[in-house]
This record gives sequence, C-alpha cells and structure tokens, in this order.
Amino acid sequence: MNLNILQGKAKDGGELLILKGELDAYTAPKLKETLLELVDIEGASVTLDLSDTNYMDSTGIGVIIAAYKKVCKNNGTLIVQGLTPRVERLFDITGLSDIITIEDINKEETR
Amino acid sequence: MIDQEQMYERYKRLLAEYMEGKNEETLYNGQLFSRHMIECGVSPEDVLSVHIEIMREFFPNMDERLESSFDFLLEAMIGYGLAYREHQNLRFKQRQLETEIDIAANVQQSLLVSAVPEIDSLDIGVISKPAKKMSGDYYHFVRDEQNFLSIAIADVIGKGIPAAMCMSMIKYAMDSEPEQRTKPSAVLENLNRVVEQNVDPSMFITMFYGLYNEKEHRLYYASAGHEPGFFYSSQKDRFEELTAKGRVLGLDRSTKYREYEKLIMPGDMIVLLSDGVTECRTKKGFIERGEVVDLIRKRMDRSAQEIVDSVYKELERLQEFQLRDDFTLIILKRRV
Repeated sequence: MNLNILQGKAKDGGELLILKGELDAYTAPKLKETLLELVDIEGASVTLDLSDTNYMDSTGIGVIIAAYKKVCKNNGTLIVQGLTPRVERLFDITGLSDIITIEDINKEETR
Repeated sequence: MIDQEQMYERYKRLLAEYMEGKNEETLYNGQLFSRHMIECGVSPEDVLSVHIEIMREFFPNMDERLESSFDFLLEAMIGYGLAYREHQNLRFKQRQLETEIDIAANVQQSLLVSAVPEIDSLDIGVISKPAKKMSGDYYHFVRDEQNFLSIAIADVIGKGIPAAMCMSMIKYAMDSEPEQRTKPSAVLENLNRVVEQNVDPSMFITMFYGLYNEKEHRLYYASAGHEPGFFYSSQKDRFEELTAKGRVLGLDRSTKYREYEKLIMPGDMIVLLSDGVTECRTKKGFIERGEVVDLIRKRMDRSAQEIVDSVYKELERLQEFQLRDDFTLIILKRRV
C-alpha cells in the first residue's frame, strides 16, 4: 500500500502527475494535497497519468471529484490518461467518464 | 495509591538490598516497583529525586562533584517528566474519545436500522457490517399502504466518522421526502441537490433507489453511480448485471437520472450490494464479481436471509476476518 507521485510537464505545457502504486484511503490524502494545490490556480491545466496505478478505490475517485470541481470553478482543465480496465470501470459506474476528459495514453507523449 | 513516604521507604529498601548483594531478584523487584510507580502516576524526576535523597543519606560524605552531578541529572530529566505528563494527559483524552465514539456508533446504529418488511410475495434478506465502528453504508425499506416498497442502498465515500455523519444527513433528507411515493429518478435528483450543497467537495455518495410495485411485480429503479447489483432470471436460470447508469450524488447539481424498469417473475431474484462486497481483497488478489454470483448461486435454494448471512461468512473468511470496507448485501426473491 504505497503511492509515488511524480511531477512533470505534460505535452500541452500543463502540469503532469504520474501516480505509481495504489490510490486508496491511506494514500489519497497525499494526492489530495498535491493535486488540489495544482488546480487552485485560474486556468490551471493538470493531467493525471494513471497507467501505473494498479489499484484505486472510491476515496481516490473522491479526490479526483474534488479536483474536478475546483478546475470548473477556475476555468481550468483536468485530463486523466492511461486508465486500466478496473479503473475505467470505476469511472464508468460513477459517471465520471461523462464529464472528465479521458485520453488514450498513446496519444499523449510526455517529455 | 502510594504516598511519598511509603515510596521512599520501599525504594530505599530495594536499593540498599541491591547495593549489598547485587542479586538479580532485587533488580527484578525494582522493575516491578517501577511499574507500580507508573500506575500511581509518579513522574521520572520524582523517582530520581528520591534516589538522590537516599544516596545523600547513605553517603553523607559524598564527593561534592558527584553530588552536584545529581543536580545536573535532575535538570536533564525535567524534559522527560513533561513528556510523561503529556502522555498521561493524552491517554486520558483518548479514553474519553473512545467512549464518545462508542456512544456515537450506538446512536448511528439505532438511527440507521431499517426494519425489513414482511411481504407475502417477496422474501427479503439483508446483512450490513461496518469495517470500523461506524458505517458509511446505508439501506432502507419503506412500504406504503398501496403496496409499494421502496428500497435504497447507499455508500458514502470515505470511512469512519465523517462518512457516518454524512450518512445521517442523507437519512434525514430521505425522511423528509413527501409521504406519497416518489419516482426513483426524482428521489435521486432531490438528494443530489442536498448532497451537492452540503458536503465537502471530495465526499460523494453512491445510491441505488428502487420502487417495487407488489401488485404488478415491477421494479422501477435508478442509480447514482452505485456498484451494480444482479438480476437473476429463473426462466433463463441466469444472473445478469442490474445495469443502471447515473452520476454519483454530489458531483453536479443539474444531474438528471434515468429510470429503468424490470418485470420480476416468480423465482427471480434481485441482488443489491455495496462495493465492500466486490472490493473484497484476498491473498490471491481481488475477488471477481463472478465469484460473488457463484457464492449466491450455490445457496439459492435457501431463504434470502440465509443466503446473505452465508455469503458474508464466506467472504469474511476469504479476507481472513478483516473487512477493509463496509459490507452490505441485500437479496429480494420473488416467492414462487
């Protein structure tokens, strides 16, 4: 039960967070701190790379929802990429896939 | 309690005994005595000053430099004394908090318990177990005079006290729904507005809401991002996913919910669950939804309550009796 958060730049010039490990009730506060700070800027552009996130539970979804709400308020963008089938299912069930931009990892090369 | 004089005498006796004979037993008795002193709330610097006093008594002609080193040691120990008192204080506060949580958990239990109605045409089984003291899962059954049964199952994201407090809010919002039965989609739309307004942005609620018409045996239902349940068709002898799409409560104020409808034939079954059932993690990894279906299928000839109890026991065993998430499983079986 561990989560590594690597920070970099996305191809579109925005912020990129690569999440490696498990995103659950124990690790979500760590992401919440980093992510909410990044999106708390007018016009913030943040991409979350979840291709190495091998587990995510509803607490993780909660952090993404909080970030999404903040992004909407600040006229920014939040992009999620590299969903594993399990995480994709979670996005589908909760209806997040209708409102958050999900990108195919292959299209989004990172620097 | 131990008084100052008693402690002094006992310590002196043990110390003298040890200095004379240096035997292990006295050393051990000293250790036991220290536990007793801790129980009585004697601080480390109190023990030290007793020690110094006794040493002065034993060696009146002690080297002055040795004697002053004791004073220095006493000063150096003061920080430990403060830490010790802080620790005592925290232990007391922790005990107080634990009592309060126990009381709150009991209040929540009595608040959230929903009686399972007795219905001629339906056999209903329910089990709901919290992972910690307080549950973020919620279910309720309400039956009206026109033989409509409403069924709700919900999960507040997050666990423990914040989730439970949020659950109580939902419970009140549901209780204040108008008396006459409301369409499932409308219920979810109302609750969505309540949650969106009131809750911390990273908190959300998933809910399945169904309305069962006992005369026509039709289930009308809608879901707000809730883990899909299953529908068992006795005619096809097959389990299928009880699909219903909809956003979680609290995500977007203007969300509309789609309503679904299903005809329930004799022998058919509706299985509702929280993600604590399907997110069950065993040594081999996560269990698959198909495995949950298999567990139910193996027990299908039993009563609905027996099925949910037995499935819970089996999944609890597979997780080595450590629930990671709140667990709720409901089965409704149309009697043949």
